[in-house]
Amino acid sequence: MTEAATVDARPVRRAARITPVSIFLWALRIAALAIILYGSYLSISSGRLSAAQWRDLFVFGISTGSVYALIALGYTMVYGVLRFINFAHGEVFMVGAMMAFYVANALATTTLWTSSPVVSLLIVLVAAMATSTSVAVIVERIAYRPLRGAPRLIPLITSIGASFTIQYLVRGLVGPSTKAFPRMEQLRGTTEILGVVILKSQVVVIVAALVMMAGLYLFVERTRTGKSMRAVSEDPETAALMGIDVDRTIVKVFAIGGAMAGVAGALWGLVFPSLNFFSGFLPGIKAFTSAVLGGIGNIVGAMLGGVSLGIFESVGPSLVLAGYEIPAFSQLKDVVAYAALVLVLIFRPTGILGERLAQERT
Amino acid sequence: MKMKRGLKLLALVGVLSLIIAACGGGEGGDTTTTAGGDEETTTSAAAEETTTSAAEGTTVPAGELGTVEVAAGEPIKIASAQTISGDTASLGTDQVRAIEIAIADKGEILGHPIELAFNEDEGCASEGGQTAATRITADPQVIAVIGTSCSGAGVPASNVITSAGRVLISGSNTSPVLTSDLAGNEGPEHHEGYFRTAHNDAIQGAAAATFVFEELGLTQVATINDGDPYTQGLTSAFEGAFTDLGGTIALSTAVTPDQTDMRPVLTEVAAAGAELIFFPIFQPAGDFVAEQALEVAGLEEVVLMGADGLLSDTYVVLPQTENMYFSGPQTPTGDAYDEFVAKYEAEYGEAPIQSFHAHAYDATNMVFTAIEEAATDDGSGNLSIDMQALRDSLHGMTYEGLTGSLSCDEFGDCAAPNIDILQNTAETADIAAVRGNILATYSAEQLGF
Repeated sequence: MTEAATVDARPVRRAARITPVSIFLWALRIAALAIILYGSYLSISSGRLSAAQWRDLFVFGISTGSVYALIALGYTMVYGVLRFINFAHGEVFMVGAMMAFYVANALATTTLWTSSPVVSLLIVLVAAMATSTSVAVIVERIAYRPLRGAPRLIPLITSIGASFTIQYLVRGLVGPSTKAFPRMEQLRGTTEILGVVILKSQVVVIVAALVMMAGLYLFVERTRTGKSMRAVSEDPETAALMGIDVDRTIVKVFAIGGAMAGVAGALWGLVFPSLNFFSGFLPGIKAFTSAVLGGIGNIVGAMLGGVSLGIFESVGPSLVLAGYEIPAFSQLKDVVAYAALVLVLIFRPTGILGERLAQERT
Repeated sequence: MKMKRGLKLLALVGVLSLIIAACGGGEGGDTTTTAGGDEETTTSAAAEETTTSAAEGTTVPAGELGTVEVAAGEPIKIASAQTISGDTASLGTDQVRAIEIAIADKGEILGHPIELAFNEDEGCASEGGQTAATRITADPQVIAVIGTSCSGAGVPASNVITSAGRVLISGSNTSPVLTSDLAGNEGPEHHEGYFRTAHNDAIQGAAAATFVFEELGLTQVATINDGDPYTQGLTSAFEGAFTDLGGTIALSTAVTPDQTDMRPVLTEVAAAGAELIFFPIFQPAGDFVAEQALEVAGLEEVVLMGADGLLSDTYVVLPQTENMYFSGPQTPTGDAYDEFVAKYEAEYGEAPIQSFHAHAYDATNMVFTAIEEAATDDGSGNLSIDMQALRDSLHGMTYEGLTGSLSCDEFGDCAAPNIDILQNTAETADIAAVRGNILATYSAEQLGF
């Protein structure tokens, strides 16, 4: 009844649009919020976790989330220019992580690994970026360019095919076993930043992700290439008429998306030091979720979506589910992540930053 | 208009991704697709075949499970369903090798050669077990299946294979749900025709709990399972025994097998004040728990303990597993076992890579003995093997194997196991060394079973 009262207070033109569906949606929104808030209240008031532990959960979430964000950029940029979801992107990430593993493994036997960790890390990053970029560009050339102009579902299905192809090619090349990343002694242990104790590896991941994302944002907003990408994304035909080589621009978009995935792959190896040919699947799906969460097609949205999803996953089970004393709630972190996606979409159907895109397109 | 289509497409993509997510649960994903459609037809076909052959079996009175006819010179077919790829491959490969050695050792049964007709991969997952069992039961000549490696795969496999009238005998399923809790209560997934030579985790859980409480002197323990029947059965057996001893389960929680970020769950463990984490799960999730436990504030001093699923050559070499405790079946001793290991090394170029090769060897030999007892020869070399007699023979058998004296109870538990508690230290470089570093051994009687 309270919803009805608040709605009544609105201007008549809005009130005229009230349908049973919108009432249901509002009831759902309020119920969801109430469940989350009450669960959080129960959980926090029980005093189970200390303030430092809550903060740690946030930091864990941000570090995983920034990797999701880097991968999500590839999904969102490709969606921006071509309007389809490149499902092979998770595999582009995995290939980068695989290459990072082999390079890191080779470096770990040299003195460079211990004497100058920064240089070794840069080598690993560059190798992963180069591999992922090449794979992304090759996939675009072989699987997507011949389908330019075909209905959008067709490249979508092709991307699923490309995803399996890459997975099993990698399986054939390196075998199905799980590979353990070499450790870097300098990255072990914790460090203190602004009075907060954080794992060193997570500092590296968060800083690297921030730098890459800031660089990408400036690139897209400030350079000629970035401008041509935005132009193609807005209207490929007019962009072509204005003298922009659309195919070249699309290749560049794939290359940049691939490079970001490569960085993500190398960083993933630092935080979760083991991977196999299947490791790209779940992060890929999570990154796709992040892209949708942030508003697909929107670059800043993908970054925000990734970090939010990471935080939801990390904090959500302990915050909401634990409050209701659900047994083994940590197992349900994926449920929490996808439920959060649904919730955000109920409140903002276009995603966190989706509105700008919607306005630009109509 | 354009927006609307975009949203529709997005919805479709969402649905598709969920479907892919559902299909891609593990490496077994690629094979599962064939299972769904074929399953019903093949099992019913197998059942039909059985009844026809039962009808044709004129010389012997056929039991209600039917008979398998093996013509003169034809091989006696058995099958293996083990995990032979992916992270748990060492568990299954170890047993497949043992089955091959057992077949080579036996040579022939009543003048018939023995053929390992199937070597299916159950992928340590429920879908894999279903697929493997369905493929195997499609061949009505297969008499017995040695498997599965994982209890999770054993649940559907036990159902499919025993429904087809065949026996399934496992060398490494340990979950109580597949047999009983050893206190006379039938497990929910027990089917007549299922046997195992591995221990029941009711015993392993009690052994691990007793060691932690009495030898390590710890009273606050957190357990982590991954939802698989093996891990759930073992953690709940541990919890029951540990509480009975007077200890406290500070936290009983779970992760998913493909989870990589264990830090949130480990933060919960730290908040619960656990002194020891008992996580009888598999790789790679087990790698992440051990690795990340070192990094979570409040867990600097925590003791880690795993079980037989992690007791593999690929796990104990990880640096983060140093000082970890493990429970596992006792490594057999004696000349017969040494001889077996010598054959294993000669054939495969390495020492046994997991803990259950001897159990699989015994399981295979028990099947051979049972076939010999259940088979009748018509005088010209044609064998008729009654499937009910085969089960009866396994139930009535006392078999002296590598792992000790085996006699099956009414729910299919054949072992009278001893459980070793082991520790991985800086000195133990490989799995053989870890299995030799025994801190304690508990027998079933000692634990009150």
